[in-house]
Amino acid sequence: MKLPESILRPVKLIRGGMHLDHQKNTAECETIIMLAPKTVYIPLSQHIGAPAKEIVKKGDAVFVGTLIGEAGGFVSAPVHSSVSGTVTDVKDLTIGNGTLQKYVIIESDGKMEKDPALKPFAVENFSDLAEAAKQCGLVGLGGAGFPTHVKLSPSKEAKIDTLIINAAECEPYITSDYRECVEGLNDVIEGVYLIKQKLGIEKVVIGVESNKPRAIELLMQVAADHRDYDDSVKIMKLPSKYPQGAEKVIIYSATGRKLPAGKLPSDVGCIVMNVTSVATLYRFITTGMPLVSKRITVDGTAVTEPKNLIVPIGTPIKEILDFVGVDTEDADRILMGGPMMGNPVVSDQSVLEKRNNAILVMRDTKQPSQTACIRCGRCADTCPMSLYPAMVETALRLGNKESLNSLNINYCMECGCCSYVCPAKRPLTQVMRTAKAEIRRQK
Amino acid sequence: MSKLLKVTSSPHIRHQDSTRGIMSDVIIALLPAAIYGCILFGWKALLVLITTIATAVAAEALWNLALHKKQTIGDLSAVLTGLLLGMNLSSETPFWIAAIGSVVAIIVVKQMFGGLGFNFANPAMTARIVLLVSFAGQMSNYVSPIDAVSSATPLAREATFTLKQLFFGMHGGAIGETSAFLLIIGGIYLMLRRVIKPIIPVAFIGTVAIASLIAGQDLKLAIFGGGLMLGAIFMATDYVTTPTTDLGKLIFGIGCGLITFVIRQFSPLPEGVSYAILLMNILTPHINSLTLSKPFGAREVAKNE
Repeated sequence: MKLPESILRPVKLIRGGMHLDHQKNTAECETIIMLAPKTVYIPLSQHIGAPAKEIVKKGDAVFVGTLIGEAGGFVSAPVHSSVSGTVTDVKDLTIGNGTLQKYVIIESDGKMEKDPALKPFAVENFSDLAEAAKQCGLVGLGGAGFPTHVKLSPSKEAKIDTLIINAAECEPYITSDYRECVEGLNDVIEGVYLIKQKLGIEKVVIGVESNKPRAIELLMQVAADHRDYDDSVKIMKLPSKYPQGAEKVIIYSATGRKLPAGKLPSDVGCIVMNVTSVATLYRFITTGMPLVSKRITVDGTAVTEPKNLIVPIGTPIKEILDFVGVDTEDADRILMGGPMMGNPVVSDQSVLEKRNNAILVMRDTKQPSQTACIRCGRCADTCPMSLYPAMVETALRLGNKESLNSLNINYCMECGCCSYVCPAKRPLTQVMRTAKAEIRRQK
Repeated sequence: MSKLLKVTSSPHIRHQDSTRGIMSDVIIALLPAAIYGCILFGWKALLVLITTIATAVAAEALWNLALHKKQTIGDLSAVLTGLLLGMNLSSETPFWIAAIGSVVAIIVVKQMFGGLGFNFANPAMTARIVLLVSFAGQMSNYVSPIDAVSSATPLAREATFTLKQLFFGMHGGAIGETSAFLLIIGGIYLMLRRVIKPIIPVAFIGTVAIASLIAGQDLKLAIFGGGLMLGAIFMATDYVTTPTTDLGKLIFGIGCGLITFVIRQFSPLPEGVSYAILLMNILTPHINSLTLSKPFGAREVAKNE
């Protein structure tokens, strides 16, 4: 196919990875705004780094957007109320992944009143942008939850020349980033130009997988129509091959640079931001409304009518599923995120967090049973990082420390490809996690 | 308290391929040549195949029963081993020798080393070598499919065969090794199904071809006359006993080809494919560890430091 000139081809493509059944059932489902839940449970730790410190107490009145927890350190992010109402408690609960976490519980008055103190944020320069991201409570919305202001404050020595906007959305089922590209198109493009300008970056690459031609077309059109358009903002059409949206993979596709284990994107001159993060930041700057609600895809094998929703953060999953009309009776697993890297929750009492972009309700299909490894080498062939998961499994089983240390386990990004392809159904990704923990334990 | 859900490690979806599926694919790929062998050599050939398969499955089942292990015959690897062994035998093989072969393959070569995935040598092929060494007389008794008289394989005797005869298997040999055509079809099926990569067969056959050409041998005889096709496509591509890295596969294939040539050329044995693969099987762990590739970005790091 001949591509228009403003569409970039990937500079280089990583080896490995694989084609998955896309299951983008919700691609053309217009986002529905969910009504205010009765009660929200807002976790104070929804990001990588120190948990936020609560600044409200029982009985306080809050509005949508009111700060309820301030950042607990540099690598941390503030937390805001997602409803208007009254704080009923601040306490530790185990409703998330089973570990004890602090939550601010707010009873909604149903009015969803905006905090009157919210006002647009003036961005003059480079450091204002990071400050805006911080006050917005923005974290990596692609799923990692890394505080965005840290990303936007690279060290002085780092020479950033490329801003990569990640709209690859390579996980099956999820379409929330795609819907952002369609419905929040203007915010995305304005955000892109704003960040580019304030950070003084020469080149912007927006990476989209080829299975979203409409997003590519729309982004291209609006980017070209922008008043600051100068040919430095390019749309990159990525192959629909998992895990194209992984940070290291998209950096390689956009620039041909390899990001080694333990290094940051800024070390190779890149800043990578999720497309929804960009739009959210732009909305905060223009309206003052921080990150209090999130667009999510509700889908999965146990969902008959999948939907895209905008949901206040802290809403219990049960309420979301009731709203969509999902019967959890015959569901076996509920995943926050995609089927490849998503995290399962213990019960439907868990709540929606900032970084979640999908809730998948899965009914288990019968899997063939596990056999011994037949050394077919598919795990190694598919590993985007060129690792040898089957060898890690052997080394781990034998307790061979020397071998474990030589297999470069720290390069693993837990994309799940090895487990996915294994014909013997060995839990290789889990093995890689265990091996990482084992190496940490030894140190 | 609401219902507790399953919490499992990601990923939460799996590819549909299974060990059993891969074994089935290899069996399917072997079947045309096996059936053709039965037509060519008659009901004796069929009996040999049935004997080796049944004994292999029974041996694995009994071993698991005796040792209170999980039953593994459902993965079809024992069926495959039995079929491969049978196809490597002459139709004149007494059935008790064929049965011993299967027991050796399953019990000695496979299960005693830990079962599926842990054996260092290809069970079917090692068993064939054991039988060849133990029952030399009975094992080299081949018949010609054309006149049904006792004959040696094309490699062993001075005779002229046309390319067509060799390619379509109209000559003496083991049940499943004579029709190069059907074996190649099977190989292509496996490659299309992504069960095997072409590296080992191409390197193996290519090396034999080049070496034979240089030595001035009859090329068509060297490639189609013996067990090269069956060995290179189906035995030298066994996952468990061959290298997993692509470079390793290349080295393995070339190594097999060279050893095969050397045995054929310089030793009194007519055929060397089995020994070549066995020798390279032994080297496999070393080939693997010497050909591991560096992880993504590691080479750049090493360069900068």
